[in-house]
Amino acid sequence: MMSSTLRYTLLLLLLVAVAVGGYLLSDREPEPRPTEAKPSRIVDGLDADTGLIAEGDYLLVKGNCLACHSAKLVTQNRATREGWLEMIHWMQEKQGLWDLGEQEGPILDYLATYYAPEESGRRPPLGDIEWYILNPTD
Amino acid sequence: MFYLARPQNPCLLSSLNRRKFLALAGLPVVYAASLPAGVQLLGLEPADPLPGKHPGLTVLNDRPVNAETPAHLLNDKVTPAELMFVRNNGAVPRGLPELPTSLPGDWTLRIAGEAVPEPVTFTLEELQRRFTAHTYQLTLECGGNGRKEFSPPARGNQWSTGAVGCPKWTGVRLKDVLEAAGYDRKRAVYVGYYGKDTHLSGDPDKVVISRGVPIAKALEDESLIAWALNGKPLPLLNGYPLRLVFGGYPASCSGKWLSEIVVRDQVHDGEKMGGQSYRVPCEPVAPGTTVEDEDMCIILEMPVKSLITSPRTGAVVERGTPLSIAGHAWCGSSAVERMEYSIDFGSSWSRCQLAAPANRFAWQHFSARVNFPKPGYYEVWARATDTAGRSQPMVLPGWNPRGYLNNACHRIAVKVV
Repeated sequence: MMSSTLRYTLLLLLLVAVAVGGYLLSDREPEPRPTEAKPSRIVDGLDADTGLIAEGDYLLVKGNCLACHSAKLVTQNRATREGWLEMIHWMQEKQGLWDLGEQEGPILDYLATYYAPEESGRRPPLGDIEWYILNPTD
Repeated sequence: MFYLARPQNPCLLSSLNRRKFLALAGLPVVYAASLPAGVQLLGLEPADPLPGKHPGLTVLNDRPVNAETPAHLLNDKVTPAELMFVRNNGAVPRGLPELPTSLPGDWTLRIAGEAVPEPVTFTLEELQRRFTAHTYQLTLECGGNGRKEFSPPARGNQWSTGAVGCPKWTGVRLKDVLEAAGYDRKRAVYVGYYGKDTHLSGDPDKVVISRGVPIAKALEDESLIAWALNGKPLPLLNGYPLRLVFGGYPASCSGKWLSEIVVRDQVHDGEKMGGQSYRVPCEPVAPGTTVEDEDMCIILEMPVKSLITSPRTGAVVERGTPLSIAGHAWCGSSAVERMEYSIDFGSSWSRCQLAAPANRFAWQHFSARVNFPKPGYYEVWARATDTAGRSQPMVLPGWNPRGYLNNACHRIAVKVV
């Protein structure tokens, strides 16, 4: 025979378990993980899905890096091979990036080739100017 | 449940995160990836990555959302909500309205930390009822605004000039709330924040960002716990429903989706307070130098800076017609005393008219009428000087590993025909 205290305790435990289960089902975000990216449409040399330069081992970048963040974080940055490696190490240390294994080398080659720094000195000239007629009454 | 799962104050319950709690409780850890088909998860990214924002904003990154405002769209004296830049480190908290029209009165703000005798919790409604509301026009600028120009390049979002804005913020003074919580004046060193944004990895135990300011800055009149921008609820992407606003400091100090403030007895050591984040070499370094973490110092006040907001770069004007230029100048420590422009790459400078700020830490408006001596290509450069005599450099200022504090002169291209 179960004492009533024990029965109430078990009931309470069951309720807590149901509450926790419901919370998990409604709240859990997908855990990012590497995927095997497939080629998609290529427009003007860029991967249409992501804007990555569709050369070399871009599918490895698509499958690993873009599991966690936007491609724009790659395409707006420029760095040497060492610089990209440093970023990968930082993401592994702080952001939960996995060990890239034997894909690390090809990924670094791709990044260092297609997203390499440009020498711009202390102040580059103004670029991409779209000229327009200024209405003096504006 | 929520508080057990994600301790707000890492000083407490630091060893008991959600997964460990579940393991201790003997319950299975369920991953979303293993959910049955048809079960919808809450908090998927909204279809519009920039709800409530102007279509002219430049999106630098969509996960997390980061967008800047082109200079010519910042011409308003008081920055409209839709033109306030967006800088997020993590995902926007789920369950909040994309276009808020009212405030959740039951939103809670906890005041805790070593220099608070007992943690105190206020609801937003209590903050509004118990304390006097103040409105200030305060400039917020991302510490990395201008990163794009650094050479060798610095990693991160490649902000050009538009991670800045100066709307009117309404809220209560942080000092009034800290006093009500009975904070210990002798022990208080730093104030840190926690917010409800979530880590991109999906890990609920990871804090996205938890920065703050020295206690002296926290106690200034203009340091606000704000719920309104230009008289309306904060835009979702700018921290709805509650945030901190510290004008003149890197905007990352002004925590969004604010849920907890800690008064620390040491320099706050939250996420992105240490390492290379929001820190610059304590001693100047040559471009490209690797700097150890212990040789990096926290950025406090932002340097003097200005932006030409009218006309948009690329204006073609007729010879003989003076060109009206206008813009804003600001400075994190004091005020802007002098504003000048040059059309000959700094060989000579002419004064602009410069208005007084609406209040401390508000940007100041400048204007001038520019005459060009002959047809051709010109650049109009603008240079602000603060009350301490510090001017904006024409070249890039000191290189630093993460590309902060670029206050080099802004310039626009003009063709005279």
